[in-house]
Amino acid sequence: MTDALLDVRGLEAGYGAGRVLFGIDLQVAAGSVTALLGANGAGKTTTLRALCGLIRLQGHVTLGGQRIDGMATEEIVRLGVAHVPDGRGTFTGLTTEENLRMGACTRRDKAGVREDFERFYEYFPRLKERRHQQAGTLSGGEQQMLAIARALMLRPKLLLMDEPSFGLAPKVVQDIFRIMRRVREEQQVAILLVEQNASLALELADHAFLLETGRIALAGPAAAVRSNEAVRAAYLGGST
Amino acid sequence: MNAFFAQLMSGLATGGIYASLALALVMIYRSTHHVNFAQGEMAMFSTFIASMLLQAGWPYWAAFFATVVIAFVMGAAIEAVLVRRLRHAPVLAIVVVFVALLVILHSLAGWLFGYTIRSFPSPFAEAAVAGGLLSPHQLGAIGVTLLMLALMYLFFRYSPLGLQMRATAENPTSSRLVGVRVNRMLALGWGLAGAIGAVAGMMVAPVVFLDVHMMSGVLLYAFAAAVLGGIGSAPGAVAGGFIVGVLENLLGTYVVGAELKLSVALVLIIVVLVAKPSGLFGKAIVVRV
Repeated sequence: MTDALLDVRGLEAGYGAGRVLFGIDLQVAAGSVTALLGANGAGKTTTLRALCGLIRLQGHVTLGGQRIDGMATEEIVRLGVAHVPDGRGTFTGLTTEENLRMGACTRRDKAGVREDFERFYEYFPRLKERRHQQAGTLSGGEQQMLAIARALMLRPKLLLMDEPSFGLAPKVVQDIFRIMRRVREEQQVAILLVEQNASLALELADHAFLLETGRIALAGPAAAVRSNEAVRAAYLGGST
Repeated sequence: MNAFFAQLMSGLATGGIYASLALALVMIYRSTHHVNFAQGEMAMFSTFIASMLLQAGWPYWAAFFATVVIAFVMGAAIEAVLVRRLRHAPVLAIVVVFVALLVILHSLAGWLFGYTIRSFPSPFAEAAVAGGLLSPHQLGAIGVTLLMLALMYLFFRYSPLGLQMRATAENPTSSRLVGVRVNRMLALGWGLAGAIGAVAGMMVAPVVFLDVHMMSGVLLYAFAAAVLGGIGSAPGAVAGGFIVGVLENLLGTYVVGAELKLSVALVLIIVVLVAKPSGLFGKAIVVRV
């Protein structure tokens, strides 16, 4: 997979003196969905943070052939990497609509931005209903939808998603994954999806990597990872 | 009764000046969530620059706008050189640095421009207006304050840059993650505050005369105004400025006497912070978790 959109080699990162990642290799093909699975504390969120320059890293990261390790976060974003962060990163004091405008704040194609507003309001009718409401008053599920819509407003090449199911009711998680399937079909975007809910993530993904205490323990097509005995025992509850 | 009315009007006039400096405080607060104690001294420093330009024979408005531009650059430079390095510093460290900046600018101005008191011209023609209760300068200064308020409102409410600045103040990390060049936003906020402060200084100087101490009292009143209005609200700062100006004048004349005028501002700050910390116009931000 040398022609991957995102190519990560030997990624090491951590917080202060504490190392979390110990040399990760990971690829995301253009337009595909790649799941990054693992238990709590395996280093999934740290991987995403390192990829978008929020924490210092060592290693080699390229996006479409261009090196992005060591670049400032905002410059990486401007190359087309959007991030649905852990904790959602809502601008709580701004309205829903202003949050979405922020997602598109680097774009100059006004007509395209207007189109995208309509498109994502159609994806997420709840956001349209609440577009003039202060975003801090939205429910957890609505804020997660807002975080996804805001990231898509960038028209990214690569979307990094950190646990979109976290802390949400099963029904809301279903909704969000249904919309993500739609995003995958309709948008030209590659997704690197971090999830604890492995079975949901593997349904959506083409490819999967399994992270264990800062190292890639297993990698392969989603179907192969799903049928792996060890993965089934540890992450899929052992049945089916 | 007539004397009362005169006090009221003159309170409004000084209130307009407090309001304009309070606007500068709000500008920095809205873009960085810092309260800049050196704001008054920055304004004083800029006014000295205007005075130098006028002495060099520049026409008033040329000197005025040149000063606004210089003050913008100075404000942005202070952010880029100094404040930026304190991004992860605790609040107390930032407060200390701002107080130090106040003292440094104060002494630097004294060293550069001297401690003699100078007069400073008003751009508004001398003629009696409003039944002689307000001088043309007072009226002009109020007009300038209201104009700045309107511009600031439009900027934050409707311009993409204003939106990015609000977002940056609220959540710098999320702003980075949507591609905002956060450093530029912060420098821009300081630059604009510097420019607003310069305008305030040039409006104050004809009244209180130009010297290095001219802003020390004004800054306290401006703080009271900003806190009263809700430190993040521009209309609040202006309303607060007028209220503080009027209160100061009326209480100073009829109740506490001139010696305790400044204490009125301080008492007001304490009362607001204890009783209603979000101020008259500040909105308490609701967050659902």
